[in-house]
Amino acid sequence: MPAVSKGDGMRGLAVFISDIRNCKSKEAEIKRINKELANIRSKFKGDKALDGYSKKKYVCKLLFIFLLGHDIDFGHMEAVNLLSSNKYTEKQIGYLFISVLVNSNSELIRLINNAIKNDLASRNPTFMCLALHCIANVGSREMGEAFAADIPRILVAGDSMDSVKQSAALCLLRLYKASPDLVPMGEWTARVVHLLNDQHMGVVTAAVSLITCLCKKNPDDFKTCISLAVSRLSRIVSSASTDLQDYTYYFVPAPWLSVKLLRLLQCYPPPEDAAVKGRLVECLETVLNKAQEPPKSKKVQHSNAKNAILFETISLIIHYDSEPNLLVRACNQLGQFLQHRETNLRYLALESMCTLASSEFSHEAVKTHIDTVINALKTERDVSVRQRAADLLYAMCDRSNAKQIVSEMLRYLETADYAIREEIVLKVAILAEKYAVDYSWYVDTILNLIRIAGDYVSEEVWYRVLQIVTNRDDVQGYAAKTVFEALQAPACHENMVKVGGYILGEFGNLIAGDPRSSPPVQFSLLHSKFHLCSVATRALLLSTYIKFINLFPETKATIQGVLRAGSQLRNADVELQQRAVEYLTLSSVASTDVLATVLEEMPPFPERESSILAKLKRKKGPGAGSALDDGRRDPSSNDINGGMEPTPSTVSTPSPSADLLGLRAAPPPAAPPASSGAGNLLVDVFSDGPAAQPSLGPTPEEAFLSPGPEDIGPPIPEADELLNKFVCKNNGVLFENQLLQIGVKSEFRQNLGRMYLFYGNKTSVQFQNFSPTVVHPGDLQTQLAVQTKRVAAQVDGGAQVQQVLNIECLRDFLTPPLLSVRFRYGGAPQSLTLKLPVTINKFFQPTEMAAQDFFQRWKQLSLPQQEAQKIFKANHPMDAEVTKAKLLGFGSALLDNVDPNPENFVGAGIIQTKALQVGCLLRLEPNAQAQMYRLTLRTSKEPVSRHLCELLAQQF
Amino acid sequence: MQFMLLFSRQGKLRLQKWYVPLSDKEKKKITRELVQTVLARKPKMCSFLEWRDLKIVYKRYASLYFCCAIEDQDNELITLEIIHRYVELLDKYFGSVCELDIIFNFEKAYFILDEFLLGGEVQETSKKNVLKAIEQADLLQEKTENMYHSKSFIGCKKAY
Repeated sequence: MPAVSKGDGMRGLAVFISDIRNCKSKEAEIKRINKELANIRSKFKGDKALDGYSKKKYVCKLLFIFLLGHDIDFGHMEAVNLLSSNKYTEKQIGYLFISVLVNSNSELIRLINNAIKNDLASRNPTFMCLALHCIANVGSREMGEAFAADIPRILVAGDSMDSVKQSAALCLLRLYKASPDLVPMGEWTARVVHLLNDQHMGVVTAAVSLITCLCKKNPDDFKTCISLAVSRLSRIVSSASTDLQDYTYYFVPAPWLSVKLLRLLQCYPPPEDAAVKGRLVECLETVLNKAQEPPKSKKVQHSNAKNAILFETISLIIHYDSEPNLLVRACNQLGQFLQHRETNLRYLALESMCTLASSEFSHEAVKTHIDTVINALKTERDVSVRQRAADLLYAMCDRSNAKQIVSEMLRYLETADYAIREEIVLKVAILAEKYAVDYSWYVDTILNLIRIAGDYVSEEVWYRVLQIVTNRDDVQGYAAKTVFEALQAPACHENMVKVGGYILGEFGNLIAGDPRSSPPVQFSLLHSKFHLCSVATRALLLSTYIKFINLFPETKATIQGVLRAGSQLRNADVELQQRAVEYLTLSSVASTDVLATVLEEMPPFPERESSILAKLKRKKGPGAGSALDDGRRDPSSNDINGGMEPTPSTVSTPSPSADLLGLRAAPPPAAPPASSGAGNLLVDVFSDGPAAQPSLGPTPEEAFLSPGPEDIGPPIPEADELLNKFVCKNNGVLFENQLLQIGVKSEFRQNLGRMYLFYGNKTSVQFQNFSPTVVHPGDLQTQLAVQTKRVAAQVDGGAQVQQVLNIECLRDFLTPPLLSVRFRYGGAPQSLTLKLPVTINKFFQPTEMAAQDFFQRWKQLSLPQQEAQKIFKANHPMDAEVTKAKLLGFGSALLDNVDPNPENFVGAGIIQTKALQVGCLLRLEPNAQAQMYRLTLRTSKEPVSRHLCELLAQQF
Repeated sequence: MQFMLLFSRQGKLRLQKWYVPLSDKEKKKITRELVQTVLARKPKMCSFLEWRDLKIVYKRYASLYFCCAIEDQDNELITLEIIHRYVELLDKYFGSVCELDIIFNFEKAYFILDEFLLGGEVQETSKKNVLKAIEQADLLQEKTENMYHSKSFIGCKKAY
């Protein structure tokens, strides 16, 4: 046991810890712990009252046992007792136990809160700090409810000690993060901002964190902090390395505070005031200048602290994205770090440069470092650094360097870590498509991808190459030739067989003139791979074979022989069997004309956002593809690659073969010629077959990620009225006309919801291409997440299909999502856009509270923008019971005995979103005589108050 | 900062501080996963890694790893220096601190951390001020301990 430096008397604890350490096995340790637990339990239960010291010792032992990873289910009460001890160390251990082991046992929380309350009121700064630390460590809602209103007072009180202010600031921050609705804004906020001027650096350090968090949610209320932060920062940056005494860290003045101030400034755009802005730019320049000075110490702490400020400065410069001079200087600085011997700096420089690459001012400057970055990709020993290098190459890619970057990334792929291969494949595929000057390069690149990393080439990637080849007739011959050559490799990846099979089935005729790739050679090459492939690939190859019969009549006999073989016709897999049977019959029954029509070349695919890009975004979260999305630095990039117009020569009348690979997005097939004997057969072949095929059309998910605004019409005129019907109820009929009925059933809990939509076909005719999709106009995508499940594309006459929607409210929102329903009825396209009945009040959680609490909160929300009020005429008979039911349906709790006037209604609730909670109070005053209502809403967020008020006012 | 973990080269957790509410089960899972990830890294590798949607900053001091999880916009280098300043505080308090000091005096390690970081944010960076707060507490402790020892044992017991 080491010498304990400062007077600590818990010998029993030290002995126990030694015992545990001396245990030779896990079993021995558990035995020793159980013995100790039994001992403590008997001591706590014993008749003899324990003195404070023993209690402290045992509680501490329990804590130790818990931290070893064992469960503790007693001792909480003893710990709570320690809180009210007047001996500091006992109190301290009590608080530590509570902080580490708190559980939401309501009985205890009340006692704990009581002890905290006493300590906060004690005016003993040491005790106050302990109590504040405890609140900050636990941060539970119950504590927020008890103390959120008191702490601001302690924070700005003139007589609070500095250490108490520091703890109060961060304690409040924790409560605000956990339950922002509980922290009342008020006159204290202005005084908090002035803590930036405080003489005590520690107070400023703590306060900046709080202010930064408050600014993020209420930027306008805290604008005054900009100039204060700038002047504070300027004083620090220009101070000599010893001015700040103990706040200087390895010759760097106040690094933590500097970083926090720079972070705070990133909540705002550049300062509007020219003087403030000038002063800030001067600061930023000073930081950049200091980076060039020789280091004042060789210690890594010195360089880390200095560079922490430098990187935060660069983040601010990037955030402003308005000072070309600073951006280029930042880029040059990072360029120096790219070759630094510290791995950490290389990593951060690569990461930071990624953002610089997307600024129009510094994109070119970043590009000059391409060789260094490629070298990093090849030589860095740490995979996380290599990953950053790959990210940066992707970000700096444009038409001028695409070939070089793509070929380097392909080379890297051969040795890349398995964990990042799929991402690299996606990136290469995107860059190759985006910056392709000629499409033969694109085809080569994708085939190389499949060759090098076939396992990591996802469906999206190889679907995409097929789409592009189908849409561009200038590359089809080249593609056919190249896949033919690639397939000759003795071992080729199954994805290569899929691509090869598809392309040769469509365009094999373009290379059939060469005797080395004559039709029989093509067929036997493909068929030599057949037996090694999975069911899905074999199914695709069977479709290729039937296409071959059409393209090359000379292969008909051979292929029919293959289809007729027992291994096909009696295949255990029903999909393969069906194809073999149907294709065989088709090839024998149908005339050449019918065959040619049925198996015509695929029509061009409708252009839409690359599904690969959508996939990368899904992998990396929103914004990942931004470097490529914004065409701003390369406006010419869109004309060739962005929108591929279907070339007129390939536009053919849609035929049933359009469905061959399940392309449901294509126009639906017209009814096949009824006169032909094969006609009915054809319908069967092609309406059943594709369902099991991988779909090239947008899945509901993809369509949802890339909603083209032009794709859906405006909501129908009565959409708003229909929506209003659902504000206070969750189930019912959303829409009905002669053809279609849409019913809704939904349930919501906290910030989540599930909605069932029932689409009923009221006619006796099948709806075809039935596709309901959910679209998020404007910013809604960042506010509300709606996941839809796919529904069947056909709805039989008189039948009903159900669609499930999973909904997550990310933050408060004002507009509902749109539901667009499209289908074909008797050949005529029908489309309909409705507002989905998801309004912000669905995420209400009712809150019961006593009159006193209600009024206290009501007063706390007294800023003019927190209130919304509406006076309006009653549209329905004024029945108290109906009103009650509507208010409950709206989601708030109804509070009785709060309003002195029993005619009035008062409600409270919390809107639950993933990012924040918004507390809401409401009051509805009916005036029967005038047939009017007055509705008042108070919430902590201005738009929410107004929006709720509007929604609710329409209900009466 | 979302949490801080101290663990030994053998993977034994020595101190855990969580600044976000998580269930015990979740905490154990995170700990297991991170200890494994960090211990598998080689000495010259960089001190930062991406993990779930967080950034991990870690550094090894003798037999002990200090590991912090920070959010996307947080500054990695300054977090490294948070770790270092905490080590300095422990060192100053215990006098060339070693892993054993933290094992046997884990409660002190927590108290020092609370003075330095609160709610996941830096509260006080001055070494003097942090240690002053702790030493004041120790003085209070000694005073009460002395009272406890000098006064009659029985008398004290009676009070409870």
